[in-house]
Amino acid sequence: MSSPSRSPQQSQPNQPGQPGPHTVQPVLQLQNLTRVHGSGATEVHALRGIDLDVFPGELVAVMGPSGSGKSTLLTIAGGLDTPSSGRVIVENTDITAADRKTLAALRRRSIGYVFQDYNLIPALTAAENVALPRELDGTSARKARREAIAALEEMDLGHLADRFPDEMSGGQQQRVAIARALVGDRRLVLADEPTGALDSETGESVLALLRARCDAGAAGVLVTHEPRFAAWADRVVFLRDGAVVDQTIRSDADSLLTGRTAE
Amino acid sequence: MSIRHGLLALLERGPRYGSQLRTEFESRTGSTWPLNVGQVYTTLSRLERDGLVEQDGEDGAGHALYTITEAGRAELKLWFEKPVDRTSPARDELAIKLAMAVGAPGVDIRDVIQSQRRHTVKAMQDYTRLKAQALTALESGAERERDDVAWLLVLEQLIFQTEAEARWLDHCEARLIRLSATAPRDGAPPAPATPPRRAEPGRAVSRPGA
Repeated sequence: MSSPSRSPQQSQPNQPGQPGPHTVQPVLQLQNLTRVHGSGATEVHALRGIDLDVFPGELVAVMGPSGSGKSTLLTIAGGLDTPSSGRVIVENTDITAADRKTLAALRRRSIGYVFQDYNLIPALTAAENVALPRELDGTSARKARREAIAALEEMDLGHLADRFPDEMSGGQQQRVAIARALVGDRRLVLADEPTGALDSETGESVLALLRARCDAGAAGVLVTHEPRFAAWADRVVFLRDGAVVDQTIRSDADSLLTGRTAE
Repeated sequence: MSIRHGLLALLERGPRYGSQLRTEFESRTGSTWPLNVGQVYTTLSRLERDGLVEQDGEDGAGHALYTITEAGRAELKLWFEKPVDRTSPARDELAIKLAMAVGAPGVDIRDVIQSQRRHTVKAMQDYTRLKAQALTALESGAERERDDVAWLLVLEQLIFQTEAEARWLDHCEARLIRLSATAPRDGAPPAPATPPRRAEPGRAVSRPGA
């Protein structure tokens, strides 16, 4: 479908192996995604034909007023909800067509979530929390722990490994949650208002970590209503009433400051 | 005025010549407000006229050096102590534009808001990237630390300012939608809430003003 809201930047060829300007495949592809709640007179169109590609190394922020479909988009992208039509492709697998087993495996192996309220398991230490998805995926406890410690250390969180959630600050818990989202080979992180419960400076450190993980090759989708946090993204997509109405495109920051380019 | 006091503040650290002042001013503020050498010399001669600085010999390369006087120090102290006046706001083009867009025929105010929002958020992205670079520079090097801190503060001011604007735009949009939902059918001026799609060029959706 063609709508005037469609951005020319998103019309990359998506078939694996097809030559195009991007030789790199998107980690996440949303294709003509719609979601309708209810039917008949009470029908609500939560999403109306969303197209979005997220490439490795890219952090995309999704903004919009409440009820614009931001969270619906994220839950469908992560396979927690199913679209009414359209496709969700994660690491070249169409999760809308996948059977339950494939979907469950994909969720364990490829997709990490970060929620506003951290969602760490209170009875497990930071390292155990991070190791959990790997263990669920069949990795031995010892190897899973090793990977968890490595993930924590890579994010300068090694000192928190043996702490329980209630022994950590909100910001620390959220950073551990990001480590959990990206442990092992996972490189898609979906973050729903991850800074919502944090003060402004702590929120910023969480965003800086998310940014750093994307710079290191992960693909991230960040839902937020805070422009200051969205500004850490490479691209900001604006939703309104379930459709993409606009987006920013990354530019050379130095062009902003005339004095700098002259030097 | 800010260039005047900015130069006084730099001169308080010791004698300097014109282009050196320009370089130091820009490295503090990250060239956000570029100065040309002409402006620097014009300002210096006014400061000299007012007895706040004086010429004081030359450096080895023959540059005329300026130093701050006691009166200059007093003026600078006063500047730091006195808050910047916010009671007579500068004219803001965006506020004027939105005020004019309310009820303007042929103008969809939500499109005006959205195109500004895109631009504003984009500027925030750019500032934020510069800020991330500044933070990295601060963590890695100690040499120009003072300038890096100053630059970081200026950048964050730009980020907070653009953020305030983005939030205000969100607020305007929400208010307009609320007003148009409660407005009497024919009368009152609030702008219409348009369907959730971009306006085609030339599409006029605004009601004629009542």
